[in-house]
Amino acid sequence: MAATVTPANVAAIERNWTLPDRGTVGILLLMITESSLFTIFVVAYLVYIGKSLSGPYPKDVLEVPIISTICLFSSSLTIVIAEKALKRNELGKFKLWWALTVLLGGEFLTATGMEWWKLIYKDGLTISTNLFGTTYYSLVGLHASHVVVGLFFLLIVMTASLTGFPIQHQERRVKFLSWYWHFVDAIWVIVFTVVYVIGR
Amino acid sequence: MAAIDQPLPARPATIREEFSWSAGLYKWVATVDHKLLGLMYIVSALVFLVIAGIMAAVMRLQLAFPNGHIVAPDTYNRLFTMHGTTMVFFLGMPMVAGFSNYLIPLMIGARDMAFPRLNAFGFWMFLFGGILLYFSYIGGSGLTGAGSAPDVGWFAYAPLTEKPFSPGASTDYWILGIFTAGIGTIASAINVIATAISMRCPGMTLARMPVFVWVMVIDAWLILIAVPPLTAAQIMLAYDRFLGADFFNTQAGGSAVLWQHFFWIFGHPEVYILIFPAFAILSEVIPVFSRKPLFGRPAMVAAVIGIGFISLGVWAHHMFAVGMTAWSNTFFAASSMLVGIPTGIKIFNWTATMFGGKLRMDTPMLYCCAFLLQFLVAGLTGIMLAVSPFDWQLHDSYFVVAHFHFTLIGGAVFGIMAGLYYWFPKVSGRMYNERLAKWSFWSFVIGFNLTFIPLHFAGMLGMPRRIYTYPVGRGWEGYNLAASIGVIFQILAVGMFAWNVIYSCVKGKKAGDDPWDGWTLEWSTSSPPPEYNFEKVPVVRSGRPLWDLKHPQDPDWKFGQ
Repeated sequence: MAATVTPANVAAIERNWTLPDRGTVGILLLMITESSLFTIFVVAYLVYIGKSLSGPYPKDVLEVPIISTICLFSSSLTIVIAEKALKRNELGKFKLWWALTVLLGGEFLTATGMEWWKLIYKDGLTISTNLFGTTYYSLVGLHASHVVVGLFFLLIVMTASLTGFPIQHQERRVKFLSWYWHFVDAIWVIVFTVVYVIGR
Repeated sequence: MAAIDQPLPARPATIREEFSWSAGLYKWVATVDHKLLGLMYIVSALVFLVIAGIMAAVMRLQLAFPNGHIVAPDTYNRLFTMHGTTMVFFLGMPMVAGFSNYLIPLMIGARDMAFPRLNAFGFWMFLFGGILLYFSYIGGSGLTGAGSAPDVGWFAYAPLTEKPFSPGASTDYWILGIFTAGIGTIASAINVIATAISMRCPGMTLARMPVFVWVMVIDAWLILIAVPPLTAAQIMLAYDRFLGADFFNTQAGGSAVLWQHFFWIFGHPEVYILIFPAFAILSEVIPVFSRKPLFGRPAMVAAVIGIGFISLGVWAHHMFAVGMTAWSNTFFAASSMLVGIPTGIKIFNWTATMFGGKLRMDTPMLYCCAFLLQFLVAGLTGIMLAVSPFDWQLHDSYFVVAHFHFTLIGGAVFGIMAGLYYWFPKVSGRMYNERLAKWSFWSFVIGFNLTFIPLHFAGMLGMPRRIYTYPVGRGWEGYNLAASIGVIFQILAVGMFAWNVIYSCVKGKKAGDDPWDGWTLEWSTSSPPPEYNFEKVPVVRSGRPLWDLKHPQDPDWKFGQ
């Protein structure tokens, strides 16, 4: 063992020094802290299942949103295909699959909007009607607001790529956006289970 | 282009930069430098400390004698609410962010944090939250004309914070102010962890990372897990107040206890978040002033991880008096006592570090010694309160007030003071006045103990917390008078500290780069550090890189440390 730190072994330490990408760490931490936020809303929903003093009750008015759920899950698939295309620098294919992702996400949001419209105007359920309304709109709304944020950034990427911005140089950021989108999807699995399976 | 490669001629020392207010302001507002942001965090925290300290002084003045009527009851409610809220969210939290921002990049040999702009965002969100909270004194009456500042206590129990019981907009300012500051805190926590994971200089493995950085990373981790529950509960309360939702509305079947659970799921980890900077600082200061490496370093890190883990499962010990099931009480009593084990490890290891060391009793070390004794008392009363039948007797009494002031002043603030004195030469480039610092220290120790030791007894004699006055003949008079006299010493201490800082910044002796003969990387750069921190990114081979540099014949890495 050398008695001092020689320039040679300093260089060796420097050469072999790699650390995780800070963006990767950052986006993972964001997901962890978001999960903590969702957990509390999910717990509140579970605590208040069946505690409403007056109707309408979930079993009377809730319809399982199968089509929009399938759309949201498929959008996780299409965004992966788009990402792969970007990695291989196939811009046309990337734009196509990216646009499809936006469409599927948009369908999900529209379906949520229609469901809310039906609940509010036909069934008379608002956030202040009963505990079901309170917890339902807060939990589904919290998820929907994340979908809105995701869609906003998806649209920025789409606009950028359509207007000729060299999106292939932003592969890392597109990857993080895709991770966020998967996260929003995964949260929907939980929200769907809690609201439409357990709570109904 | 060749001209640019030439070294610039040295600037004559006589040229003074033109001072301009707008340029100075622009520098501070637009900065993304972790050191300036760290300083802004600490300075604004100290400003909030003075504001909330004045509130505490007014309350002690009111309680000095029985039947005191200096402030009206509703004003008193606002005072303790704003005092608690400010001390927790606008003194404790920015101190966490300030110390980690300033020191972590310097200690791990990085040029800045992982996300400098996110860092600036976090600070301005925090400051905006604080201003929003204090704006309630002006705008809190809202349209209905009721109330000024919030008067709901720092934990703002729903349903008492629901619209019918807390009309006006003051509670909304509490919700929005803390909510905004919480977002800033989370941003800063993400930044701290990402920096420690991704920005370490070559050779700085996790095992060689300073214990300070380790503790602050666990602290940031706790923030990530524990602050969102408060945010979520505040969103629910805002829905209740603004949209007529029923989360905490008992008339519609909502729960009166749910808020307490959600709040303390945040609130208990929060007190560990507040004490961790002190743990971090002690783990740096005690070894340097004992001239020994930290005793049981891996055990110290493991203990902090253990405390962080256990602290997430003890929240309901704040709710023993609510009427939970016997099983819940037993579980939370047991888990709360479990915290005593890793905390005990820490106290023993700090003591063992000092044992046989060549102690230098400068001011930072004095604060550490006072911390050890006072935090021990706080821990022991904590174990007492963890016994749920004991808690039933003393819940919401001054015993509890004395207990948590021992943890948060005797513990957290004393640790922070040690850190402020220890790194002051690094930050300002000048030495503080040691004599004045010692006067301030002894005044603070005497004042603090004179205030809070008697309050234990007042609590045991049945004095409830948050009363605005009390009648003669309960046996509380002597204790309260002693407590109020103690405040005078504490004010003197803070005044001497402030004068010391301001005077030494301008007129202090030059400190040099390494006044304490330290071992971590921040002492290897100039004081104050340049904007880029290190001319050349350092390469380290042990946990004490500066020791290696100063003792080339006897470096740490030879012994596998």
